[in-house]
Amino acid sequence: MSELSGLAGPRAGAGADIDYVQLLTPEGVRIGNDEYDFTGDDDQIAGLYRDMVLTRRFDLEATALQRQGELGLWAPCLGQEAAQVGSARALGPRDHVFPTYREHGVARCLGVDPVDLLRMFRGIDHGNWDVETHRFNLYTVVIGAQTLHATGYAMGLERDGLVGTGDPERDAAVLAYLGDGATSQGDVSEAFVFSASYNAPVVFFCQNNQWAISEPIERQSRIPLHKRSSGFGIPGLRVDGNDVLASYAVTQKALEHARSGNGPTFIEAYTYRMGAHTTSDDPTKYRLADEVEHWRLRDPIARVRAYLARSGGADDAFFARIDAEAEDLAADVRKRCLDLADPSLIDAFDQVYAEQTPYLTEQQAAYAAYLETFEDAEGGTR
Amino acid sequence: MTTMTIAKALNAGLRRALEADPKVVLAGEDIGKLGGVFRVTEGLQKDFGEARVIDSPLAESGIVGTSVGMALRGYRPVCEMQFDGFTMPAFDQIVNQVAKLRFRSGGRITMPMVIRIPCGGGIGAVEHHSESPEAYFCHTAGLKVVAVSNPNDAYWMIQQAVASDDPVIFFEPKRRYHERGEVQEAGEPRPLHSAQVLREGTDVTLLAYGPMVKVCADAAVAAEDEGRSIEVIDLRTLSPLDMSVITRSTEKTGRLIVVHEAPGNAGLGAEIAARTTEQCFYSLEAPVLRVTGFDTPYPPSRLEEEYLPDLDRVLDAVDRSLAY
Ligand SMILES: Cc1ncc(C[n+]2csc(CCOP(=O)(O)OP(=O)(O)O)c2C)c(N)n1
Repeated sequence: MSELSGLAGPRAGAGADIDYVQLLTPEGVRIGNDEYDFTGDDDQIAGLYRDMVLTRRFDLEATALQRQGELGLWAPCLGQEAAQVGSARALGPRDHVFPTYREHGVARCLGVDPVDLLRMFRGIDHGNWDVETHRFNLYTVVIGAQTLHATGYAMGLERDGLVGTGDPERDAAVLAYLGDGATSQGDVSEAFVFSASYNAPVVFFCQNNQWAISEPIERQSRIPLHKRSSGFGIPGLRVDGNDVLASYAVTQKALEHARSGNGPTFIEAYTYRMGAHTTSDDPTKYRLADEVEHWRLRDPIARVRAYLARSGGADDAFFARIDAEAEDLAADVRKRCLDLADPSLIDAFDQVYAEQTPYLTEQQAAYAAYLETFEDAEGGTR
Repeated sequence: MTTMTIAKALNAGLRRALEADPKVVLAGEDIGKLGGVFRVTEGLQKDFGEARVIDSPLAESGIVGTSVGMALRGYRPVCEMQFDGFTMPAFDQIVNQVAKLRFRSGGRITMPMVIRIPCGGGIGAVEHHSESPEAYFCHTAGLKVVAVSNPNDAYWMIQQAVASDDPVIFFEPKRRYHERGEVQEAGEPRPLHSAQVLREGTDVTLLAYGPMVKVCADAAVAAEDEGRSIEVIDLRTLSPLDMSVITRSTEKTGRLIVVHEAPGNAGLGAEIAARTTEQCFYSLEAPVLRVTGFDTPYPPSRLEEEYLPDLDRVLDAVDRSLAY
């Protein structure tokens, strides 16, 4: 290949020569960085630890519920807790989030009831939380679509005079999540174009978990992902996504940059999907066990625990308390999941339009009458 | 003659298409090593290589758009859309480009493409995984649209669709992928664009395609217990419609009921009802009835059994038709 632009060949690997912001090593040692710093104290780090442990326990319980037939499907976030919790805890009180379908850790940080996430996967509704109260939009299954919504929302914030006022009580930004596979979608390129052109206050937080179902990152990108946004005029950077402190620090800075009116940023959180893509997927068909093992040694929770134990920021009693809290959470989630009432199709007719149509009213009535024929015949509902 | 599932029959049919013509290429997300999320392409990349069974980047517009370009170079692309709901990012390429290139070029260009779409509900999935988008494509001139309901058709129709010089939207009923049936690998296949009378009857005609064919066949058996003789048609081709089979049957029974999963409003049933009424007005003993999904978005999975037309709703329509 000719030396056109110093680009490596297509197989060079979009993750080769990892160079990223890291503030806490896999061994749990804090290291410095010229540009990014985690300024919180050990109590705050203990809080991040708690968020990650509870996220993981919830995720494992949901996976178990799916295996037992209680959920139709589950998309686990195992291994991505640091990227999610770190970025989510960096949000300011007025920032808004546009998630994919895997941001369970972010949802927890924004106070979404975990059972509301389960309702979706249990097939009870398509998302039942109040998006404005939680500042957490509905899960989006169509890959990449949310990045445009996030950009438009950010354009709205700007129009409403909520960006770059210098008043920390007013300024707000948007945090949009996406996966590595999503960067191939046209919608995502369009979101880059719009956000750059309108200087929209949005941060794109891409969890590069190395796989889009069976397709490795090399199938989506010939260059490291964080380099892609610069072609759109958007600064991009890479962070160790298994390092909660670094994820926090870079997201905080990017959000502040956006809130101040300096426009979009793209963050590639370099992490790994430890579990299956979803519970319907069998990763042994395409992924090597060695690779999983490599990442197991970079577990996002273990390194924080090692740090806290060493620094004295937390003691055995603390860790035991968090473990117990996680068990309680799992039990509570399980119980409330099994207690969820089934929805009614009759109600669905009321949810389609803000202004009901005569034809739907007619269909609803006809269907109700049809159901009654069964009640008459069998003395009970269908 | 062999017994196999619809998924395996499609796999075997695609294999034969790849063998028969070196210009055939498959493209789609996860269709390589994984063999597709429904395993329809299992083993094909291993045997035909990465150049002919292409694991595409995660971009549907890209998959269809690059296939247009390959078709312009004489290839015969077969695209897999992973799920019905994810066809929509490619909608522009399909309806504005794939469908119109022949017309725009005054007939000089052909678009020998197949776009495979796993369709319909009933598998307990989350949003966007259970759609029935056939009407959008039937409404678009320049596309041909077919739907398979059994392994034998799956095996043959996929090969015929690949061989067709027109773009074919190919619907596969995902909840029937694992149902088994006989495949006649030797015999002569029925023409791609033809409906088939599955069961003869004299009182009412039930017409369905894809996943609903089995429901109608079961309903016919159940109705027999009540002394009713039901004719069942597997439509197979949604655009163009094979009206000859539909009108012949309607003239015989005097009663037609169209059954599909997609919402009724402006759905395929409406077109069939209108054309049947125009052509068979004097033979009809009752209005053409439709049993369809409701005009709501596809509901969460706990409601899908109620949402999808079932045996009871079909039999109820039979009663209503006969009551005229
Ligand atoms: C438009 C669209 N195409 C296909 C799919 C099916 N699908 C769901 S997730 C997925 C892979 C996504 O990979 P990535 O963006 O890296 O996110 P991850 O799931 O790894 O977090 C695919 C192909 C979809 N949901 N939407």
